[in-house]
Amino acid sequence: MDAILLQILNGLDKGSAYALIALGLTLIFGTLGVVNFAHGALFMIGAFCAVTLNRILTMGHQVIDPTRTDFLGNPLKVDVPYLHGLFGESMGNAIIDWSVPLAILISIPVMVIIGVIMERGLIRHFYKRPHADQILVTFGLAIVLQEIIKYFYGANPIPTPAPAAFSGTFDFGAAMGFDPHTIIYPLWRMLYFAFSVIIISGIFAFLRFTTFGMVVRAGMADRETVGLLGIDIDKRFTFMFGLAAAVAGLAGVMYAPIVSPNYHIGMDFLVLSFVVVVVGGMGSLPGAVLAGFLLGILESFASMAWVLNILPGLNQIIIYLVAIIILLVRPRGLMGRKGVMEE
Amino acid sequence: MLKMEKRDRNLLIIVTLMLVFAPFLLNPFPEGSVMAQFNAGYPDLMQRFVIFGIFAIGFNILFGLTGYLSFGHAIFLGVGSYAAIWMMKLLTMNVIPAIIMAIVISGIFALVIGWISLRRSGIYFSIITLAFALMSFALAYSVLTPITGGETGLQPKAADLRILDAPLAAGSTPRANLFGLEMSSSYKLEIGNWLFTFSAGYYIAAVMLLLSFYLSIRIFRSPFGMMLRAVKSNQQRMNYTGLNPKPYTLAAFVISGMYAGLAGGLMVAMDTQVGPERMFWTASGEVVMMTILGGAGTLIGPVLGAGLIKYMENIISKINASILHEWFYWLPDGLENLLVTVIYPFIGKGWHLTLGIIFMLVVIFLPGGLVEGSQKIGALIRRKLDRGKDKAKSSKSTKPAE
Repeated sequence: MDAILLQILNGLDKGSAYALIALGLTLIFGTLGVVNFAHGALFMIGAFCAVTLNRILTMGHQVIDPTRTDFLGNPLKVDVPYLHGLFGESMGNAIIDWSVPLAILISIPVMVIIGVIMERGLIRHFYKRPHADQILVTFGLAIVLQEIIKYFYGANPIPTPAPAAFSGTFDFGAAMGFDPHTIIYPLWRMLYFAFSVIIISGIFAFLRFTTFGMVVRAGMADRETVGLLGIDIDKRFTFMFGLAAAVAGLAGVMYAPIVSPNYHIGMDFLVLSFVVVVVGGMGSLPGAVLAGFLLGILESFASMAWVLNILPGLNQIIIYLVAIIILLVRPRGLMGRKGVMEE
Repeated sequence: MLKMEKRDRNLLIIVTLMLVFAPFLLNPFPEGSVMAQFNAGYPDLMQRFVIFGIFAIGFNILFGLTGYLSFGHAIFLGVGSYAAIWMMKLLTMNVIPAIIMAIVISGIFALVIGWISLRRSGIYFSIITLAFALMSFALAYSVLTPITGGETGLQPKAADLRILDAPLAAGSTPRANLFGLEMSSSYKLEIGNWLFTFSAGYYIAAVMLLLSFYLSIRIFRSPFGMMLRAVKSNQQRMNYTGLNPKPYTLAAFVISGMYAGLAGGLMVAMDTQVGPERMFWTASGEVVMMTILGGAGTLIGPVLGAGLIKYMENIISKINASILHEWFYWLPDGLENLLVTVIYPFIGKGWHLTLGIIFMLVVIFLPGGLVEGSQKIGALIRRKLDRGKDKAKSSKSTKPAE
């Protein structure tokens, strides 16, 4: 029992990331009808928002510390972040420590702006072109974005620690009434799951309970009629693109402490998220979320030792295998409508 | 001759001449000069041009004609490579059985994968092939290690079985050959400061490219090619006329898979080793870029695209900041530094950025690729010339009095 619970937990954090990216992909697809291969790059840019904020906060000047000496006996030079001067030492350190959660605040406007620029500047011109062209141009854009990040941050992963308060582990076993120390789980990953649930429910609530969301849903169902009613649906769809970009960015920011961001982290996630979207059903938001979590958990079950003994390497291919089977047996995906994107 | 229209025959002749004289054409700068680093006429790179040219020609038969965008074609490149290397390990170091086996095995793989993935079209097809690509890579990397050699890959060893070959002399390493002619053997010709290398491997690959190119011309001009174009332009209408598009697309998929297998086999013939990274999905992305850059659906485009990308990968990527400084040393210091900082991100290690930008520009403005671009420029010049003639004519012709 506890082993199963542990695998479910393991699957949840990856599943959360898949679900968030897939949600964004589906939002873009459902509203604009565009297949966005650059969505993984947005996830990566989000992660690098966290890196950048961390760098800015730790920027400082060198001060000679007279009380300490280095190994040659000279007075030690110590880097002092500017924040210490602004807020005092303990407060400054606390801010640096919390740089990843703080990056959330910064990443939202940054990602929305990037998303809107992307939509207005590039993707807008591709609505009328074939899907293959959309895939190709966003694929090219993803490469360009990756290379820009690589130019500024280098090719190596950059460790971005979570706040000290969340870097510990949580003894699930003891809390749930099993033996203590059987299910130990990193706090940050639990937080990631909670965070993704909040964001996902936030998006759903936004679409369901606000007038804006209602118009967007109407536009997804029948764009032309909404336009005929005198509503500027294009503007709202552009904003939805920005929102989807922000969701991908947030997923990236919060993922930075789990996997140190490097420039191709986005591509790795993107491919899987596409598979997730297809399994969930093109254009279905609940389907994307459900499939994200399901596949995350499935992957972690497939990497259990006894499964690997029977079918070695299953964990590496399970997601693709499921996707291929689903596509062949139930082409519209778990919760998709029939006939979406079938030309 | 060869049952071709005149235009195609001319194209084939031009390609043949270019392939034969490539060692000269790609080596325009004398040894030791500043420009020598732009020379691409060394065997290793020329072989790569040709092999990836074959790969792209094959991909173009699928994507250019039917419009099915596969993101998994590197699978067949990898499968072909593994098949070839196993022939070299088990049978003989002669490249012919290796290449034949590469084509056959990758054809079988293409048949299976194509049969499954062609049940869906559009974006779904792309994603299924992508899933297959990732799956094959993961399998080759981990579970299938006994067959694929896992992360380290495979290469022929002295102790391998090799039924047909005479036992190797002690201490010698097995080398790929064609009835005794080693792939790596080459003839060097020195004229003045120029050094030209003619490698056996390159010419064998070039012959393969010519055959592939000829076959692709025949496919493009055949009724079968027309059918494939019909699949691209309107499948529904094709259905209504009573034709089933599936067999045609599957045939195109298998043919392009076999082309990829041939390219994989040739890669092994030139450089006897394989690793799973050859079938990573980015390799599939690369052939997509080659085809689009050059011009999908055109005959010569994919070869040009392959050449362009491989040239950038091998030549542009070598330029570093100090070389840039050398070039612009004649400028005032401030201007020199400015120019170098502006250009630097786009060359050397940043060549991917340039490639990405060029690729995006081509997709946005020139859906027909470089071939369409050059055609447009050609048409523009012709129009200018015509207008010039018209003007000359109209000025000469006397206007009738009103």
